[in-house]
Amino acid sequence: MNYTQQVLTHLRKDLRLEWRTKDSINGMLFFALLVVVVLAMAFDPASYPTMTRQISGGLLWVALLFAAMTALNQSWARETSNNVLDAHRLSAAPASALFVGKALANFLFVTAVEVVLAPIFTVFYNLQPLGQTWKLLIILPLGTWALVVNGTFFAALSLRSRNRETLLPLVLLPISMPALLAMIQATTAVLTGEFEPTLWIKVLVAYVIVFTTACVLLFQTILSAD
Amino acid sequence: MPTNNDFQAEDTATAHASPAVELNRVSRLYGSFVALREISVTLAAGSSVVMLGENGAGKSTLLKVIAGLASPSYGTVSVFGENSKDQRGRVAYMSHSTMLYDELTGLENLTYFGSLHTDGASRSALRQRAAEALHEVGLEPSNTRRVGEYSQGMRQRASLARVLLSEPDLLLLDEPFSNLDVGSAQSMIKRLLDYVTRPSNSGLARTLLLTTHQFELAQPLAQSTLTLCGGRLVSLIETAA
Repeated sequence: MNYTQQVLTHLRKDLRLEWRTKDSINGMLFFALLVVVVLAMAFDPASYPTMTRQISGGLLWVALLFAAMTALNQSWARETSNNVLDAHRLSAAPASALFVGKALANFLFVTAVEVVLAPIFTVFYNLQPLGQTWKLLIILPLGTWALVVNGTFFAALSLRSRNRETLLPLVLLPISMPALLAMIQATTAVLTGEFEPTLWIKVLVAYVIVFTTACVLLFQTILSAD
Repeated sequence: MPTNNDFQAEDTATAHASPAVELNRVSRLYGSFVALREISVTLAAGSSVVMLGENGAGKSTLLKVIAGLASPSYGTVSVFGENSKDQRGRVAYMSHSTMLYDELTGLENLTYFGSLHTDGASRSALRQRAAEALHEVGLEPSNTRRVGEYSQGMRQRASLARVLLSEPDLLLLDEPFSNLDVGSAQSMIKRLLDYVTRPSNSGLARTLLLTTHQFELAQPLAQSTLTLCGGRLVSLIETAA
């Protein structure tokens, strides 16, 4: 089996597990919707359209970030129950394929939440983007991958910790700051049309390349640690 | 004759081969608790060894150290002449946990794990092999049920099917008969005897190391019997398998 097939095997397994349990999607969706609705009630977006456009990028990514966190912890919990992770540690398949498969699965779960959340967000915040809306099709997947690739890696790193639910945000949030800044700025640029998002998209691309490479290379070490 | 905790188990037919397992003064500590104390032992490729010892003697820890799932605090471990962590795919380990996904069926689990060990096989071939592996441990009628719905004994047999599916050169089993009725245990022994007598894909004789509290059941597999007490290796005796 080549590397791509190994990745797809892990991905299929994670999608099947999620389809049967709905552990990640349900939790994420509920959390993200709750954040969006509560914040929409905190102020009247229709009365302040300019301010709403300026802060919506931040609100959206914060909702997605915290929602994704619930799924990221959950995704490795499946591997630790029944000590399945030990079977992976002994398997001949490359460890990084397991990581990439799981990161892709998490990416699809968060994307599914975004697909549901985006229209609701637009309605609740009465959003009419003034920039080039199509650029969101680049920013959203890039930003999601940036969150998910680091999140999957650090969730695996914190697996053996007793306080893994607490540890993950403590490690993930600081390291995701550059990506968060870039995705919020790029999204705000599209929503307000006040500046070009290109520079921030480039920052996001650089971040994704650097961290994806580092996570893939280092995952074997994480997996084989005692 | 063994001296100073140094022991050797050799199958006469494979005495010339490089040892399957070589431990040199291995100790393993958990905090201040010493689980293994200066264990030195050599298991030749092709040997079939039953490990005995009371609860807390260090049997499971020793298996984990050999499998590469736990590093020794002191001493060195080599498996087929190399670091055990470099032997991924050649060593299979069955623990008290099933190492299977509860939400997947027996067939899905085995197809998945089989695919991680097989190069170039089609999905239908993998599924076929997984079905055969489940058939061999008597789980064919339940192969479309989720593992989470299995009884403890069925989980144990599914777990055995998982480790045998990878066709390992070294098989480590931690109390494989603990939840089985006598009939199931005997058919598992039959399957294991078949495993040790067939050479592996790499041409090596297969090596088996298992722990049990039911020696009378495991006796047919015991070419040698290794006994641990309080983390120390107290004996390695050749017995008639």
